[in-house]
Amino acid sequence: MSAFLDGLGLVLLSIGCFLALSAGIAQHRFPDVAARAHAAAKPQVLGLILVLCGVAVTLRQPEVTTMAIVAVVLQLATSPVGSHIVARSSYRYGHLDLDALEVDQIKRDLDSGDLTYPVSQEDSSR
Amino acid sequence: MSTVTWVVLAIDAAMLTVAAVLSVLRVARGPRALDRIVASDVLVAVVIASAGLAMVATGSGLLLPVILGMSLLAFTSAVAVGRLIRTKRDIK
Repeated sequence: MSAFLDGLGLVLLSIGCFLALSAGIAQHRFPDVAARAHAAAKPQVLGLILVLCGVAVTLRQPEVTTMAIVAVVLQLATSPVGSHIVARSSYRYGHLDLDALEVDQIKRDLDSGDLTYPVSQEDSSR
Repeated sequence: MSTVTWVVLAIDAAMLTVAAVLSVLRVARGPRALDRIVASDVLVAVVIASAGLAMVATGSGLLLPVILGMSLLAFTSAVAVGRLIRTKRDIK
């Protein structure tokens, strides 16, 4: 049983590390900020969950498992905040290729007048 | 621990090293501030994963507060940069 749990922990850890590797590769393969942030979110959330599951399964101590759960909850609460700000800034400062977007909800909100553009037309056309 | 365990841990460490080098390259090259901040978020995720790897390798939970602190504070850099940049001209 203990050997099985150790093996399971190693598998979970390896998948988490592979997600980090895939995000690193995506930083060079993907064209713009939105695509890279999409790839960067995988090791931040799923990768962290897998790595900490691997740690908890390998160490098998109650206090380690508790702190791992707290870390996952904190990451789930904080990581979307940063990704959201980055994606929104990249849209509003004109860094995205808008033709590549399938759904553009922020444009709908901007057109409805609830939000305002932060840059002048002279800046956004640059 | 068995030899297989150490081989798997070494492969994981190699993957994390490659990921860290690729993110640092993107931080150095990335044309805009937002590219750099996304890559540095990946770097933080790599550091968190390597802390987990070190905990499995050493069999102690001493690095868990590090993971806790990084998962709490990692997003602040993205928020700061995302809110502070002004126009495309300023960050070129």
